[in-house]
Amino acid sequence: MNDNKTPLAIELRDISKRFGAVQANKDICLQVPTGTIHGIIGENGAGKSTLMSIIYGFYEADTGEIEIGGKKTHIRTSEDAIQAGIGMVHQHFMLVENFTVLENVMLGAEGGALLRQGKDDARLELKRLASEYSLDVDVDAIVEELPVGLQQRVEILKALYRGAKILILDEPTGVLTPQEADHLFVILKSLKEQGVTVLLITHKLREIMASTDNVSVMRQGQMVAHRETKNTDKEELAELMVGKKVRLKVDKDDAKPTGLVLSAKKLSLVDSQGVKRLKDVSFELNAGEIVGIAGVSGNGQSELLNVLSGISSLSSGEIQFAGETITAANPKNASQMRDLKMAHVPEDRHKMGLVTGFEAYEAAILGYHNSSAYNGSILLNRKAMLSECEERMAKWDVRPPNPHLKTANFSGGNQQKIVIAREVEQNPEVLLIGQPTRGVDIGAIENIHEEIVKLRDSGKAILLVSVELDEIMALSDRILVMFDGAVVGELPASDADERTLGLMMANAYNGPLSKTGDKA
Amino acid sequence: MNQAKVPVWVSIALIPFINVMLAFFVSALVILALGEDPIEAAGYLIYGAFGYEEGIGYTLYYATNLIFTGLAVSVAFKAGLFNIGGEGQAYIGGLGVGLVCLWFDSSLPLMVIAPLAIIGGALFGAAWAYIPAYLQARRGSHVVITTIMFNFIASSLMVYLLVNWLKQDGRMSPNSRTFEESAWLPYMHELLAPFGIELSESPLNASFLWALICCVFVWGLIWHTRWGYQLRTLGTNATAAVYAGIDNSKVTIWVMLISGGLAGFVGLNEIMGVNHSLLLNFTAGYGFAGIAVSLMGRNHPVGIIVAAILFGALYQGGSELAFEIPTITPEIVVVIQGLVILFSGALENMLKDRIEGFFIRKSVA
Repeated sequence: MNDNKTPLAIELRDISKRFGAVQANKDICLQVPTGTIHGIIGENGAGKSTLMSIIYGFYEADTGEIEIGGKKTHIRTSEDAIQAGIGMVHQHFMLVENFTVLENVMLGAEGGALLRQGKDDARLELKRLASEYSLDVDVDAIVEELPVGLQQRVEILKALYRGAKILILDEPTGVLTPQEADHLFVILKSLKEQGVTVLLITHKLREIMASTDNVSVMRQGQMVAHRETKNTDKEELAELMVGKKVRLKVDKDDAKPTGLVLSAKKLSLVDSQGVKRLKDVSFELNAGEIVGIAGVSGNGQSELLNVLSGISSLSSGEIQFAGETITAANPKNASQMRDLKMAHVPEDRHKMGLVTGFEAYEAAILGYHNSSAYNGSILLNRKAMLSECEERMAKWDVRPPNPHLKTANFSGGNQQKIVIAREVEQNPEVLLIGQPTRGVDIGAIENIHEEIVKLRDSGKAILLVSVELDEIMALSDRILVMFDGAVVGELPASDADERTLGLMMANAYNGPLSKTGDKA
Repeated sequence: MNQAKVPVWVSIALIPFINVMLAFFVSALVILALGEDPIEAAGYLIYGAFGYEEGIGYTLYYATNLIFTGLAVSVAFKAGLFNIGGEGQAYIGGLGVGLVCLWFDSSLPLMVIAPLAIIGGALFGAAWAYIPAYLQARRGSHVVITTIMFNFIASSLMVYLLVNWLKQDGRMSPNSRTFEESAWLPYMHELLAPFGIELSESPLNASFLWALICCVFVWGLIWHTRWGYQLRTLGTNATAAVYAGIDNSKVTIWVMLISGGLAGFVGLNEIMGVNHSLLLNFTAGYGFAGIAVSLMGRNHPVGIIVAAILFGALYQGGSELAFEIPTITPEIVVVIQGLVILFSGALENMLKDRIEGFFIRKSVA
């Protein structure tokens, strides 16, 4: 890479880490020259966070070596990492909110039983750091009263106070306004001028281009490319990030939409922190078509599924479905939406779709537990539950076909089949399906995709959310792209290619945003 | 995932057993330090609890209260709620039972009073749990805090009621009048005599049977009804419960009502079964001991019966022990009970990981 005389700040050799069946990092090699800003970019789940956790000592690598400043270093705990001069600023801040800035910075380095001396020392040191790196912040302010951008600055100060010469920032701009983000980059530049090495983890191309010297791209647990930032561009990076994967093949004819089933008008959702998670999302869903929602995760897709399925109530806008108009003033809960024949396969089956402590036949009625099919006058009809579960396990090839096995003990693919079977067998009018094949093995993926197409061909409407572009392109008849809570593009699947979608997902696409208008 | 490899008997039998044994071991050290023989003491304790009919009767009489409060804790726990207000709910439940008895003892037969008293105890206990439940469900005040506060309020309220309203005229002691015999729950020795089963006299009464019925009821409710399904979903995965359209606030409230109602049945045993009048402090810590019983019984009715009998034996055998060996004062017996609660309740997880780890390694090897 760079012909630097000084030793590399970080060198990783063949780092691998496996969690159960998932290979999170595979043979990762990385060289970061001292005093540079190095970007690491990749889709969600590409293994960036795992890699940073290994460098910071949260996990230990299964194999591989880490050199810090030219010396081989064993990092088993985050204390080792701090010792080695590594500081980390997490995506979610690790601050004690009702402490002052000073108290937060000295936390864990109080320097004695009585605070006074430590406080005075810390105050002096902070003053020095603040002037050296132009990181101004009122040291006596209570952290929770500071704006987010300043809280982040406190995190950076905390790391520097502990002597960090290498600073890792994990998705630092996720919580910042664009202005705060720009300011952060100014700070990073000044840190770099003082000889600090910065490792910037992000999935935003703009930030990489704006602030880094070098960039490494990760995909599916591997490092796929290293580039000098000045010798690359957004388009190349987007392509590297998404990759030219073998295209999944799904046998399907063209969609034959047979009429409007659901229409969403200007859906908005403001969360409890007052952040707009959905911004005027409008679309229509027809019977007999699959509409795919592409996007880097965390751009509003989950929130969209939640408002459509009744888990969250809208802040504004309206959904028209099954003769009902659902608005902020007239909300419907998840159970009422199910009654209207809206089925929902949630993105996270562990957190939401299943109760992992339940046996399969119990999890197989979640959400439909009030249905007369499963209930006698008082007691649950276990016989009916069991026989239906056995039937479905046979039909959907769930293995092992044991309705008494705890759902936690099925493989990901089989868990997913239990969830999808539960929702599809209710014969819904609309199926919302999030990450249908996340953590699912290849064989089961085909199977699940076939079932989704079959459901479409039987005249149902399907809204598919996936971070896998392959999946979106293989299944969808129409694709919407979401970015930052808004729909930023729409195109028929036939016109979609990975590059266009990748750029739209990064909100870096400059062509016409809607291609469907001229086709219809 | 590792749970799968640990044999069931390890977590439901071996670990509680080891915990109790540890408690007994430390108790033995205490007794040794007092200069007494722990083996001899253990002999008195076991004989006192199980050695003769009257002792068994007392053991089961104590166990009755602990089954009610243990069930109360476990129902709430299954829904992810920690109801430590069993003490207050039992107290107020007892008020409900007592009021029914005071109102109807001279006008109605036992066959009518008993169901009314059951309803009274359940309603009053449930009502006392309702306010913390409502505050948790709708306002987010944590039930642990509010239920414990309600224990104190219950205590003050009962003193007020007994001193100002329910005390007999002209008497010093803050008790209500004694109920007519038509409002006395039959003792087991009376109940079984017609069947040719002769038992020595003990306070064990018909409320023990009701406790067993409640166990069956709780078992059916939790594992065999849709309400139990919702309750367990909420308790294991609240996000999944929202996804499933379960109204978490509603479930929280009625779970706490059932929990409070169960605790309220302590009044059947104490007020209607034994004391035959309303009095102060009849709950005597059973509400708190119910937490240990529930934990030790793994929140399952069968486990709760076993744990309740163990604790009942400690109460009964302990007083026998204090009687036989005067150096071991009733306070030391409380220390032993405390140690069992400490090891099986508070330190429940101390050895768990190691023991389970042992079995996981064994199953992998």
